[in-house]
Amino acid sequence: MATTINELRERIYADSSEEIVTEYLEKIEKSKLNAFITVSKENALLRAREIDSQGHEGPLAGIPIAIKDNISTKGIQTTCASKILTGYIPPYDAHVIEKLKAAGAIIIGKANMDEFAMGSSTETSFYGPTLNPWDTDRVPGGSSGGSAAAVAGGEAPLALGSDTGGSVRCPASFCGVVGLKPTYGVISRYGLISYANSLEQIGPFGSCVRDVATIFDVIAGHDPRDSTSVNREANYSLALKNDVKGMKIGIPQEYFGEGTDKDVEKSVRDAINTLEEFGATTIDVKMPNTKYALSAYYVIAMSEASSNLARFDGMRYGLRVEDSDWHTTFSQVRAAGFGDEVKRRILLGTYALSAGYHDKYYLKALKIRTLIKQDFEKAFANVDVLIAPTMPYPAFKIGEKIDDPISLFLADVDTVPVNLAGVPSISVPCGFSNGLPIGMQVIGKHFDEAAILRTAYTFEENTDFHTKQPEGY
Amino acid sequence: MIGKKDLEHIGWLARIELSEDDKEKYAPKLNCVLDYFSELDKADTEGVEPAYHILPMSNVFREDIPTASLSQEEALSNAPKNQDGFIKAPRMM
Amino acid sequence: MYDNPDGVMIGLEVHVQLNKLKTKVFCGCSTDYHNDPPNSHVCPVCLGLPGSLPVINKKAVEAAIKIGLALNCKVEEHTQFYRKNYYYPDLPKGFQITQYDFPISSGGYITIEGEDGELKVGITRAHMEEDPGRLVHEGTIDKSKYTLIDYNRSGMALIEIVSDPDMRSPKEARRYLDKLRNIVEYLDIFDGDLEGALRVDANISIMGGQRAEIKNISSHKGAERALLFEIIRQKNVLRRGGVVVQETRHFDEAREITISMRSKEEAHDYRYFPEPDLVPLKISGWAPAIKATLPELPDARRMRFVEQYGITDDHAKALTSELKLAIFYEDVAKKADPKMAAVWVCDVLKGELNYRDLTVDAFKKEHMHTIIELLVSKKITEESAVDIIRTLLDKGGLPDEIVKEKGLLKVEGDIVATAAEEAIQENPQAVADYRAGKEKALNSLVGAVMKKTKGRADARTAREVLLEKLG
Repeated sequence: MATTINELRERIYADSSEEIVTEYLEKIEKSKLNAFITVSKENALLRAREIDSQGHEGPLAGIPIAIKDNISTKGIQTTCASKILTGYIPPYDAHVIEKLKAAGAIIIGKANMDEFAMGSSTETSFYGPTLNPWDTDRVPGGSSGGSAAAVAGGEAPLALGSDTGGSVRCPASFCGVVGLKPTYGVISRYGLISYANSLEQIGPFGSCVRDVATIFDVIAGHDPRDSTSVNREANYSLALKNDVKGMKIGIPQEYFGEGTDKDVEKSVRDAINTLEEFGATTIDVKMPNTKYALSAYYVIAMSEASSNLARFDGMRYGLRVEDSDWHTTFSQVRAAGFGDEVKRRILLGTYALSAGYHDKYYLKALKIRTLIKQDFEKAFANVDVLIAPTMPYPAFKIGEKIDDPISLFLADVDTVPVNLAGVPSISVPCGFSNGLPIGMQVIGKHFDEAAILRTAYTFEENTDFHTKQPEGY
Repeated sequence: MIGKKDLEHIGWLARIELSEDDKEKYAPKLNCVLDYFSELDKADTEGVEPAYHILPMSNVFREDIPTASLSQEEALSNAPKNQDGFIKAPRMM
Repeated sequence: MYDNPDGVMIGLEVHVQLNKLKTKVFCGCSTDYHNDPPNSHVCPVCLGLPGSLPVINKKAVEAAIKIGLALNCKVEEHTQFYRKNYYYPDLPKGFQITQYDFPISSGGYITIEGEDGELKVGITRAHMEEDPGRLVHEGTIDKSKYTLIDYNRSGMALIEIVSDPDMRSPKEARRYLDKLRNIVEYLDIFDGDLEGALRVDANISIMGGQRAEIKNISSHKGAERALLFEIIRQKNVLRRGGVVVQETRHFDEAREITISMRSKEEAHDYRYFPEPDLVPLKISGWAPAIKATLPELPDARRMRFVEQYGITDDHAKALTSELKLAIFYEDVAKKADPKMAAVWVCDVLKGELNYRDLTVDAFKKEHMHTIIELLVSKKITEESAVDIIRTLLDKGGLPDEIVKEKGLLKVEGDIVATAAEEAIQENPQAVADYRAGKEKALNSLVGAVMKKTKGRADARTAREVLLEKLG
């Protein structure tokens, strides 16, 4: 089955978008992966027929895409995988959705995720976990697990996720697909239901770097409705050159720490060697504040989340319980509607911001954030990109870590510093460990997606890890 | 560390009703995480400014020109209870 | 020196709604919702829908700077929005976007007429924030079975002006509110007549005790009443041996009492932090440019009136106490004698308007011109002028028509002469008394003349003519 945009475009011209979409819908229906919360069957087919009759204009014309269920889609239920948003139908489209539609893309469904994007395994979803197509006893990663699994499992060629502390890169790594987190501010957050607004960005998934760059070109760019959206013109597809001559690669020692799986370390170092063969040079870099990154990240994320999720009261949308007085009803709705992980993070975030603890936790974390940003700036004074493992290990088993919060936090050790600094990073498949994909991330300076795309593209053009597919998919 | 009273207080601030069971379940996990957060204390942040915004942007505005609003129907479309165009919520007291 | 026997300390937080802006502070919804159905001027942003994001209205920032300057504040060069986290049904996001550290302006003052002379009331800060929605209850808030919410008002730009607790009586509080409203009106950034345009929260303590915060005050009179009630309530608490607790109380306008709002909430923990969705403002250089465009403010205008028109300070103060009145006066003074205009606009017209609960919009400046002209040319008496004003306010019409209808033209000299002669003839006793030295007897003769001329004779003229004839 065709999986890249170029292959699909050929098929669409030969046959039709409607046929393509029908095939994908059938695949989704038969699937056990539970990658989707809502499948947009009628709308997708309708739109496919429309595009077939109108003539396939637009860079993504007729091509289906899965959308993480925390991105607002007008007229389509958007739940953030939470009971509290059951039945919520946004009356507006997120900016990225408007862009995708204008490019002719077809929204095939809303992808499963960790509840409110809080997690690294898609196990906290109200709709049950998504399975990893490479091994259905294992997690696909999170929080955008449904998006990555859909692409890896052949249920959608493209997908959108969101990355707050690794939520695009982690599932990309576990599922053997490509996932990109752009520089903070490059993709508009208007319509993205916030978990931690100073950290998160929407990010595309695809089966190859070129497809990710194509989606990126469609959805990136200034949006006046998002005050943190930057005004920068760029054409990312132009960065795709098979050439890393003279590229200086930094290897941050702290990302190869003792929790890193041996196979992962080997794959990533081999990948770096491959790039050296093609003309890149490497330097070891030190990023001394990395050890504080996880704590700082979680304090900031939980603090922001405690405020961002305050609006879920069951009055204007979502779950409603039997009426008592307003304050009591409010508390009961949230007790009934939020899952345990979400509740714990809201409680911790509330605590970290509360009188007496604000300076010790929230303010302190923000100062550490400055230090981490400085680590990156110092490193980039001497290198063009950094390469590190995306995740310290391959996909773990479902249920293995869910009861141990610290263990699950530690999964994010290589991804969160990137969000704290606001720099871009792309995860590409670079190896396997007992049949499970391994991902490496290429991290760039602020707004230097061109460098990371070029590096990732070069690696991909000269290897074949990205062509492997899970058995049966 | 968070004791039962603290948890009740935070639960109230966060407007999440916590049963006795919840409080028993959550307290150890929360304390475990807070313990982990003590890593923060080890960092030397003397003289370091907090990073409230990661990019050096400022002065983003819109002009005072009206744009389209939602219709009343769209505005109420997701509200479970409404009356005469108002959203209906429980009594205050 | 004002004694302040009860040790009253009053601070006021006034919320001015920038309802003359065309759009809300963080979204493009239009602000003219007052006659429209509920929830018809909302969008994902002001409705607080998930995924929505705020964007700052530039004109709101300019208006905030204007207010800061008019209140003699220092305008910050760097300012930032914060989240104030609390829960209330009118607050769609579960937090209000407001300012905390680095408010846009702070450290100002206004002067008012205090209990014992001029009083300088400090302005702690004047900052920007968004309005919550509007709640409607069935009956009173404590008895209503449900709460109805209209978010049309949600997201309107507010400037919160916080005073130092420098006021020592409800009267001073009232005067502060009048002066503050006056200044803001002069800036032409808000229409004070619209509902919800100006809201007051009052903080009051007595005898150095804890303060009560009173919310839901929507008029200056209401503020005075609420504070008077509070002083009595707090004194009663102390008299009974109790302690006044720090709490929030709700002002019931109809019953003129305050009701405790205390729920389980102890002191609020708002968990302020900078709004991540809004980047900071760097506005050095804005203030000087805006200062140059500020209109003439009330105190300056009052001084100019005294100088330019030669009127008394009392008149000037009264005339500039309302922008519309000041403008009306100056229009009248363009074509009529300014001193007469001051008397007739300030002493007479204003009184008649107040009595009828009308604003100066109810009266046309051309009519005032006509009336003053008639007076100056001695064609009507002062009593008649008052009559004309009252008739215009009550029934409408034109001054010339009213003069005709009611026959108000002062009678000609010989009619007075005739009436005087008749009066002398018909009242020999009065004449004799007067001639015998009783001055008061003249009054009855004047009265007779007035009666004969049906009040149209000018009393002074009648007196003079009588004196002449009596020799």
